[in-house]
Amino acid sequence: MRGRFGIYGGQYVPETLMSPLAELEAAWTAARSDPGYAAELERHRRTFIGRPTPLYFAERLSAEHGNRIHLKREDLCHTGAHKVNNALGQALLAIRMGKRRIIAETGAGQHGVATATLCARFGLDCTVYMGREDMRRQAVNVQRMRLLGAEVVEVTAGTMTLKDATSEAIRDWVTNVRTTHYIIGSAVGPHPYPEMVRDLQRVIGDEARAQYLAAEGRLPEVVVACVGGGSNAIGIFTAFVGDEDVRLVGVEAGGSGVAGGKHAASLVAGRPGVLHGALSYLLQDADGQVLPTHSVSAGLDYPGVGPEHSFLRDAERAEYVAVEDGQAVAALRLCTRLEGILPALEPAHALHHAGTLPGRVLVCLSGRGDKDLDNLAAD
Amino acid sequence: MLRIEKGALGLIPYLMAGHPDRDRSRAAARSLAALPIAALELGIPFSDPLADGPVIQRAGQQALDGGMTVADCLELAADVAGRAPVIFMSYINPILAYGPERFAADAEAAGVAGVIVPDLPPEESGSVSAAFKAHRLASIFLVAPTSSEERIKLICAASSGFVYCVTLTGITGARAELPPDVGELLGRVRARTRLPIAAGFGISRPEHLGTLRGAADAAVVGSAVVHELAEGRDPARLVRELLAACR
Repeated sequence: MRGRFGIYGGQYVPETLMSPLAELEAAWTAARSDPGYAAELERHRRTFIGRPTPLYFAERLSAEHGNRIHLKREDLCHTGAHKVNNALGQALLAIRMGKRRIIAETGAGQHGVATATLCARFGLDCTVYMGREDMRRQAVNVQRMRLLGAEVVEVTAGTMTLKDATSEAIRDWVTNVRTTHYIIGSAVGPHPYPEMVRDLQRVIGDEARAQYLAAEGRLPEVVVACVGGGSNAIGIFTAFVGDEDVRLVGVEAGGSGVAGGKHAASLVAGRPGVLHGALSYLLQDADGQVLPTHSVSAGLDYPGVGPEHSFLRDAERAEYVAVEDGQAVAALRLCTRLEGILPALEPAHALHHAGTLPGRVLVCLSGRGDKDLDNLAAD
Repeated sequence: MLRIEKGALGLIPYLMAGHPDRDRSRAAARSLAALPIAALELGIPFSDPLADGPVIQRAGQQALDGGMTVADCLELAADVAGRAPVIFMSYINPILAYGPERFAADAEAAGVAGVIVPDLPPEESGSVSAAFKAHRLASIFLVAPTSSEERIKLICAASSGFVYCVTLTGITGARAELPPDVGELLGRVRARTRLPIAAGFGISRPEHLGTLRGAADAAVVGSAVVHELAEGRDPARLVRELLAACR
């Protein structure tokens, strides 16, 4: 079915957005088959983002864990995380659609920074919605966005994190849809967003697969990535989905423990429901109210997840696990000490899990951890 | 049965079920149901109401904080449905969690006349609409200013009871003025359906109703009514004033 991954996905949005979503889908379909768009995307990826990013053999980390770990270095992307891959593609699309005002939501601030960066680069107006709690714990990124010329709007509803920032961005879009493009930051939201974001992020896996084959002469046994909304994970998984022998593992935020209820592990502990325009696994109570989440990492602190991950989970093509706050922080410290690479708290969840796996493991190191320094000093 | 007649302008006030608390919500619903309104729209609170502005967002949160559940909303509807026609406004997730078939059966038993689901366009409504139909609930879909002619046709064909015309490009909330092109939008919908048409979003003042008379068959007033309750006033006073302006 169009716009669905199995039963998941869809367009559960106010009527006001239905025609604009159809326009967006048409514009995206046209752009992706246009060699001009592809060439422009390729040029900016190379000269602005710094792609291809390296595949790195984490020698000392591997020795520590007794396995063989490679890192796909998305932390080396301009702005410090994979988010810029998507923001670039969508900013170019917005320009093609004649929309000069851009809005975005952000949790950890990495998507906000990436979007603000592209808006500065292309001279677009930029408004970023961010929960008050996230503005506090990711203050450096708030400063960066403002320096880049973006307006950062503090969201004080609900849990004041990514979920509420996303709701507020959608409300802005409903109101200003004629002039505004909404650059959603993860592989979530109504169709065509999950597909479009995946297609813009699959460069991670396409590069990594070729690099791994070139370096190792074979494929990894397991590919591991953290999952909040799941854009870096779907970006690296997509290239390997057809490789039946390669295990795909998504790592969700276990917070202070899934059993205690303070976590953000939608695929591990949720059940299907509708949030932000799509049917997908969702942390909700018996009455269908979305539950508050908790994670040390703002970027994973989200009760929903991209619909394609729900499909991969039910199809048992990918497996999903939860890693707790303390384990992620320890993994961050270990990687920094042993490899001289400071990962963000989000991929630190994936790093912890990678350390528990035998054999050849490829990890998506989705972003750098400079933004988390204040938080680490406090703990 | 809905009391919406083509030619006259009926009034549909909106209340958030359970706001500001259970007792006052019930009292307000009863007092509005005693007035000659076309229908009472009862909102089922949801944690993430994407189509709502701050007044209804806050009301919903307050209702949830008070422990309001879908079952409580059904019970409230049953209490007032004998006095005035009742329509539910609910986001899709609480209905999915309750079970669409069970929700439709219980709403029918409560005497509810129809359901508006603001995040369920006709394309996604298949099994939910079928359950509503089986339980004689009207499926009320929304038309927006951004809807193409093609979509207006689709929405009118999928709707029963009446068609809900969103007057402005945006979220719910009182506005000082209605958009100048509201009559044009209502005319486009009128040309596509024999069902009555209700206008909603932004409508809050008696003078707005003058603009709608002749173009719409009913006007939904939400945030302005909820605001009265939030401020500790009896919403019946505002609703009486609005009813006078409908004539």
